Formats: sequence, C-alpha cells, structure tokens
Amino acid sequence: MKKSYKIDVDCANCANKMEEAARKTPGVANAVVNFMTLKMNVEFEEGQDPKAVMQQVRANCKKVEDDCEIFL
Amino acid sequence: MNKKQRIMLVRILVSAALLIALNFIPVTGVLRFVLYLVPYLVIGYDILIKAGKGIKNHQVFDECFLMAAATVGAIALAIYERSGDYTEAVAVMLFYQVGEWFQSYAVGKSRRNISELMDIRPDYANIEKDGQLEKVDPDEVEIGSIIVVQPGEKVPIDGTVVEGSSTLNTAALTGESLPREVCPGDEIISGCINMNGLLKIKTSKEFGESTVSKILDLVENASSRKSKSEDFISRFARIYTPAVCYAALALAVLPPLVLMLLGQPAGWHTWIYRALTFLVISCPCALVISIPLSFFAGIGGASNAGVLVKGSNYLETLSQTKVVVFDKTGTLTQGVFEVNGIHHSTLENEKLIEYAALAESASSHPISKSLQKAYGKPVDRSRVTDIQEISGNGVMAKVDGVQVAAGNDKLMAHLGIQAIPCHSVGTIIHVAIDGKYAGHIVISDVIKPHAKQAIQALKAAGVKKTVMLTGDAKKVADQVAAELGVDQVYSELLPADKVAKVEQLLAQTSSAKAKVAFVGDGINDAPVLRRADIGIAMGAMGSDAAIEAADVVLMDDDPLKIVKAIKISRKCLGIVYQNIVFAIGIKLICLMLGAVGVANMWLAIFADVGVMILAVLNAIRALFVKKL
Repeated sequence: MKKSYKIDVDCANCANKMEEAARKTPGVANAVVNFMTLKMNVEFEEGQDPKAVMQQVRANCKKVEDDCEIFL
Repeated sequence: MNKKQRIMLVRILVSAALLIALNFIPVTGVLRFVLYLVPYLVIGYDILIKAGKGIKNHQVFDECFLMAAATVGAIALAIYERSGDYTEAVAVMLFYQVGEWFQSYAVGKSRRNISELMDIRPDYANIEKDGQLEKVDPDEVEIGSIIVVQPGEKVPIDGTVVEGSSTLNTAALTGESLPREVCPGDEIISGCINMNGLLKIKTSKEFGESTVSKILDLVENASSRKSKSEDFISRFARIYTPAVCYAALALAVLPPLVLMLLGQPAGWHTWIYRALTFLVISCPCALVISIPLSFFAGIGGASNAGVLVKGSNYLETLSQTKVVVFDKTGTLTQGVFEVNGIHHSTLENEKLIEYAALAESASSHPISKSLQKAYGKPVDRSRVTDIQEISGNGVMAKVDGVQVAAGNDKLMAHLGIQAIPCHSVGTIIHVAIDGKYAGHIVISDVIKPHAKQAIQALKAAGVKKTVMLTGDAKKVADQVAAELGVDQVYSELLPADKVAKVEQLLAQTSSAKAKVAFVGDGINDAPVLRRADIGIAMGAMGSDAAIEAADVVLMDDDPLKIVKAIKISRKCLGIVYQNIVFAIGIKLICLMLGAVGVANMWLAIFADVGVMILAVLNAIRALFVKKL
C-alpha cells in the first residue's frame, strides 16, 4: 500500500535525512521525500497499519531533524 | 515570506545592528564577552539547541553541530588568546543564518513560481440550478452532469459539448496557444480555457479521471522519481559531512603534535582556527538543495512547454538520447488518410470522387471516410442502391441508376476491366462506371508539416541515428523515410516485431551513456514505449493509455516537440552538472586553502553561503525553456 503525506521541513539535507529515517522504520517498505513539493510518499509492507507505522516514522524523523513535521 | 522567515529576518537585523554597535563601544574583559554574547545568542540560540539535541539523538554530524562547534570554538579561542575578537564568531553565525534564510526564501519562492506555472487545476465547476449558476467543487460533479463554462473560465472536467460553440485556448496543456474551435457534439478536454462563447458540457468522466487531474498528478509526482545525480548527491552528503568533521579534528590535533615531536612550537591556536574554518566550509547545503531544485525547475519549465516528464530520472535519460526510433503512422505522418491524387480520370475530378464516395458510403472503412471527406458534401444515401461489397476488393453499387465499381486491381480484373496501373505510393482506388474504366484515386497518409525539420533538428542536436518502424508496406515506408531523411527503416512489422527491433537497437547501443528513445502515438505501441530506455508518447491529449505507458508525454503531436524535449533535458542536466562541479570544486579549493591557512572564516562563509546562493540562482535557470 502506498500513501502520500504532506510534510514541512526547512532544508534539503534535512529532507534527505527524513527519507532515510522513514526507510529504516519497521513496516515501511520504501519512502521517498520530495523536498520541492514537500511530500512524503510511503510504501508500507504487507499487513501493516499505516497509522501506527506513521506515528513511528514521525517520531524517527523528529529524532534526526527536530524541526520537521509530518501532517498525518 | 512566511512567519518563520519573518521572525528570522528580525533576528538577523537585530543581531547585525548589535554587532555593528558593539564595534564602537570600547569595553574589555568579561563585560565585552557578555555584551558580544547577546547578538550571538540572538542569532544562534536555535542552532545551539539543535546541535545539543543532535548529540542527544546520536545525530552528531549535522550542519548545526558544525556551526555550533565552529563558533563556540572561535569564541573559546578569543578568550584563550585574550584578543577579545568575538566579532568573527558572531559574524559566522550571522552569515550562516542569512544563508539559511535566503535559501528558505528562494526555495519557497521558486516552489511557488513553478507550482503556479504548472497549476492548471480548475477551482470550481458551474452547475445550472433553477436558472442560476452555482459554483461547486469539481470533485462533486457526477458523470453525465451538465456543466456550464463561461468565457475566460477553465474547462474543469472532460466531456462533450451539448450547447454553444467557442474557441478554446489549449496553451496550458500543449504550450502552444493554437486556438481550437468546438461546436456541439465535439469532445472537450479539461484544462483548456474557453475564450469567447458560453459552453454547456455533458461530463464523460469524474474529475479525478479527467485529463487535468491526471496531468497534475503526473507532474506533481515527477520530482519524487529521483535521478542518478540526486542519488549521488545524497550519498555524497551522507559521507561528506562526517568526513570533513574528522578531517577538521585531525587538522586541529595532528599538525601540532607533529610539530611538538619535532621540537618546534605547537601553535595550537593556529591549527584549531584552521580546523574551525574547515567546519564552516563543510556544510553540504549548496549541493543538496541545488540539484533537486534544478530538476524541479526543469520539469516545471518543460510542462509549461507542453512536455510532461514523469520523473527526474527520465529527464536525465532523455538528455543522453543518441538513437531516436519513430513509429511512422501518427508520429511522423498524420495517420489520417487523404485523397492525394486523381489520375487518368475520364470525368471531372469532382464527379469521380462523388461517384466513389457515394458507392463506398455504406462502408465504415477508413478509405471510405477519406473519400467522403474529399467529397466534402453530405452523402445522400437515397441516391445509392444495390450495394454489393466484395470483401477485400471493393464495392459495386448503383449511383443515380449508374453502375459504379470502386476498388483495387483485383476488382477490376474480376470485372474484366483494363485498369491503368499507378506508380504513386498509397492505396489506389480504381473506378469503373458502366463497365468502363474511369480513372483512379490515390489515397495516402500525409507527412506531418514539421516532420522533416524535426529529423534535421535532432541530427543537429547530436542524435546519432534515427530509425523508423512501421507496419506499413515497404514501398510506402521507404518513400516516407527517403523524404524525411531517416537513417534506417523497418517495414511490414507486427507490434511484437517492433518490440524485437527496439531490443535489437538497445543491444547495439550498449554504451551506458547512449540511450534509445522510442516515439509513438500511444495507440497499440505501449509495449514498445515501455521497452525502450525512454518512451515518448505524442499527441497524448486525452489518451490515457499513452500517459500510462510513456515516460515523457508530448501534449500535442508536433514532432518538433521531441527536439524541444531533448533540448530542455540537456539544458537541465547541464545546469545540474555545473552545480555539482561548481559547488564541490569551490568547497574543495576552500578546504585546501583553509588547511594551509590562506582562507580565513570570511572566505569560509562565502564558500558556504555564497556558493549556495549562486547554485540556487543557477538552478532557477532550468525553468526558462521557451527559447530552446
């Protein structure tokens, strides 16, 4: 399953870091952060609950870049 | 400017004013330190906090850490040396924040500009209710509803015109402001702008399935498909920052130790200062921001010119195109068969066409349609009787009581009529009236007006080989190819053969930097579009299959757009490489100068902020593609 989320982040490098953090989150098959359109496309692994996974993704992103937001 | 940016601007101005004022206040000692601490904290408190959080979260090597370490280090050095020179530390932090502010502003601005450029989204649809027009969300309009489009408004949903006629401006979709006339019964595509008349449209699709939504979706997601250059840069940034940090540490510690071992003065403060300079130079901002921005601007500029690129990666591949393979029908030729000649006619030409058109009037074959088009008048079926279709050969019928036979050589032979063979290329319709030969009509596909020019322009743009594939007869294909100047022709191919030919060409051009592009009209060549390195579908307005299968979609069917698409991609990639080389180059030079002590912090801050600003401005250039 794929979903797209709006995000807010200030710098391109931070966006890259968010992408990496999201990818490493369990339950995420793949994630792409688009800094120019401020969107995060997340592909979930089979049988995962996107809501729960996204909470974790958000927490992990906050860890690498304090000043970011994912609008769930 | 958003709220964040406004607050930052105030902080920058306050801190700058304080710093300038402090230069005129002759204080020394602890008081001086405390006074300088005020502008430093005003401008840099968030950086210090972020650096602290980074360390707490085991994310040590980020920009904030670099800046915090560099400035705190510089202040510590000033205290240690008792020089009281805190200006530098505050200034470095100040310039860093100016750079960040500018970056955020420039990116926000270009993001808006590009989005506006691509914004063909209709905000509302008009629905008539009790004689009053009501504006509703296009999403809520059901299939089969009647919507009203007033002059100056965008057509929000695909459909058919039921009332009114007007001229449409398709510039938002195709990049060309060629007006298109519509009248009741015509299909209409969302995204066009209604220029003069009031139109009532019966919708044939939901908003989400309409052309305009599909295009928006495609363009918005395009920059999510990252190119190799972008991947390279993010990998580079990931190792670059820690590498520079370790290098800085080494620079601060190793040379003094070596000097001490050699029995010379260690000069700790010199080396620590150099190491701090290193940290300032090391920010990867310029690189990381300018590459995706270049691609985003390139995709935006292209879509404004009617070239939809589905991803940054495709823009990259397109720029390396060395072989262009064309489908013939619908790509290089119009795909509409027209009467191109009437030979050996014993009657007036118009009369011959009239007889042929009437005789063929019952047939739905494309040939019959082109005859009727050439006839130009509505066909009165009551004049035609006794229609007899001879499958694969032609028709015989009575027109106004006269026996007419229209068909190929075989039909004439079957009737025992001596036909005059034709040397023209195309489909030949022999006509016999009352059992006597009356001449023949040549029907052939028409080459697009810009096709030849496009082939030449491709050659001029550095494309090594052009190839034409067609299912058409060899004679027809060879003639078209010769006329256009295409290098290679493969004719009489089935759709599966086309895939095989493209695979063969892919194998021949094995070099990684030479890509094979296939251009088709999207009708029944979807497998080939997918197989080629890059699939270009043209004339795609309204054709979902083409939009699905292709990597690059040309909104109108002018072959010159292929050249334009390639040129846009080259320009964009050119800018990307300039930015990579420029940003990495300047940084490396400054790092070296910093290591040997030539570069001070002021140069370092230029290497960081200045390069970033120049790279962003350069990236924006990718947006301007009108003149290519």
